[in-house]
Order: sequence, then structure tokens, then C-alpha cells
Amino acid sequence: MSQARPPDPAPGDPSPGRRLLRMARPRATKANALAALLAILLGFAVATQVRQNQSLGLESLRQSELVNILDNATLRERTLDQTARELQATRDQLVSGSTGGAAALKAAQERLDALRILAGTARASGPGIRLTISDPGAKVTSPVLLDSVQELRDAGAEAIQVNNIRIVASSHFNQGASGIEIDGKSVGPPYTITAIGDPATMSSAMEIPGGLSENVRQLGATITITESKDLTVGALHPLSTPRYARPVPQPAPTSAP
Amino acid sequence: MIPALGLLVGLAVGLFLHPAVPLALQPYLPIAVIAALDAVFGGVRAVLDGIFNDKVFVVSFLSNVVVAAFIVFLGDQLGVGSQLSTGVVVVLGIRIFSNVASIRRHLFRA
Repeated sequence: MSQARPPDPAPGDPSPGRRLLRMARPRATKANALAALLAILLGFAVATQVRQNQSLGLESLRQSELVNILDNATLRERTLDQTARELQATRDQLVSGSTGGAAALKAAQERLDALRILAGTARASGPGIRLTISDPGAKVTSPVLLDSVQELRDAGAEAIQVNNIRIVASSHFNQGASGIEIDGKSVGPPYTITAIGDPATMSSAMEIPGGLSENVRQLGATITITESKDLTVGALHPLSTPRYARPVPQPAPTSAP
Repeated sequence: MIPALGLLVGLAVGLFLHPAVPLALQPYLPIAVIAALDAVFGGVRAVLDGIFNDKVFVVSFLSNVVVAAFIVFLGDQLGVGSQLSTGVVVVLGIRIFSNVASIRRHLFRA
């Protein structure tokens, strides 16, 4: 152990400073050399330890400290895991919400397209047939044209145009003094009817015995039917706001009489 | 004088060589350094007391280091390594303080 002993400086001794100086003088003794060696070792150890401490890594820690660090890391991981799960759930909700919104938007768009084609406010294109009735004798009357439109609707036509008038639910045919009027606009021969639908069904519906073709030919007019993969019904029906009819608010079914 | 020079040489060597402490020695080196410092201060105090002996210094230095390391080793084996290290550091710190106080009284008479 060290040489910590109660101090008993003998009187008459040289002063401590001088004693220290005397002791510091190099003495060529074995013990002094050993002490120097130990001092070298001490300095080396101090420097090493300081340097080691500055670059402290996990490997220099004790088991209990490592366990502490591990515990902290586990706890933190659990918290972060929890947070991640919550965020994931929120994200899933948001994604499904937005896809639901997109689906609803798509459905609404499809409904709008269907209604616009029905109301005649949108151009329609697709497979269909084109009827051309040339009527040199002006024998074709409005009931014949109305028949043709009805036949086409029977055969599944989805959009119909006569000359450049779009036929919609409210279209009316009239035999005026100057000829045929559709929706108040006079239509003259030759009549060109464009219908979008299944071409084969519609053309065969036109050709059946007692059907439109036969009637038209009996009147002395000629009819040509052209099936096509891609036709366009380009005429538009001006949209008019109903003056009298009002939509009935959709009540609960129980309140209806 | 020679030991003081040795201390400086050791410091310089340690700073320039970047030695890596072996894993097995890592818990013991700091305690051993503190113990050695205690021995050094004890030696200086002994010089001032007029009772310094080279041989006693060397033996006390070595035994201090070995005992301190052994206590830490024992604490590690018993599972109280960190607490025992703290205890050893405290004891050695108190001894260093008392030695330094004694040295101070010799040198400054205060």
C-alpha cells in the first residue's frame, strides 16, 4: 500500500522543498529505475485510458449498463412500433376514404354520362346503323318516321338522330303544311337516321316483313341501311328547364301513400 | 526527477501510439490508474515526511494496482462490479485528497 503515515517531520530536517529537490536528483539505484519504469507505465495507462474513454463504445460498458441500454432501446422500440401502427391505421383509413370517394365520383360520372346521352345533351358515338330514306315523291309522312324511331328503340337504339335533330324522350313528330316537323323544325327528304346500338339487331328489325323497309318501299321511296362499327350522333338537344314539373323530393318509402 | 520524466514519456508514448485496451483489461485499467495515482501521491508525501523509501514506493505502487484491479474483478464476479468500482474510486479519491492535503501543508505550511 501507499506510504501514507502520520507526518512526523523531525526537527532540524531540511525544508520540505529542499528535501523534494534532493529526492528529485537522479540516483542510479535499482529502485529508482523501477520507479521510473512504473511512472512510464502509469503515464502510458493514463493516456490510454483517456483516449479509450473519448472513443467510448458499447464494448467497454458493464453488463448492467448494457442491460439498461437494451431496456431503454426495447422500450423506445415498443413506443415507436405503437406510433408506427397508429400512423399506418390512419394512412389506411385515409387511403380507403379517398378510394371510396374516387369510386363514388366514378359512379356519379357514369350516371351523368348515361343521363346526358338520354337527355341528348352529349354527343354519342359507337356501333350502329345509318338509314337513308330517299323520298322523291314526298310520300313519307311523320307517322312513318315516328314508326322508324319506335322500331329502332324497340331494337335497342340508345341514341338517335334524324337529319340533324336529336331524338329524345320529349321529341314530337308533326305533319305540318310544309312537311314533316320534328320538335317544331321542318325536316325534308332525304331523311338520314343515325342510331347507336347493336347494328345487327337494329338492321334486322328494319328488314322484318311488315316492318319499316317494306312500308317505305310500298310508299315508293327507297331505303338504304348501312351498319357501321363507329358512328357518331352529333346533334344535341337543347336542355330546357321544366316550367311546371318539379322533382318530388325522395321521401322515406313509408310516408308514400 | 527520473520518475517524473518517465511519467511524461509514458504520456507521450500513449498519446502517439493510440494503443487499444484489451477487452479483458477494460474494466480494470481506470481503477488501476487511480490506485497508481494514490501510490504516487503517497510517495510524494513520504518524501516530504522524510520517510521515503524507493523499495516501499515500488511495492506499494504495484500492490495498490493489483489490489484495486482484484477488487473490481471480484465485484464483477459477484455481480456488484460497478458499485464496487465506485467504492474503490471513492476510497482512493479520499486517500489522494488527504495525501495532497498533507503535501500542501508541508509545502505551503497551510
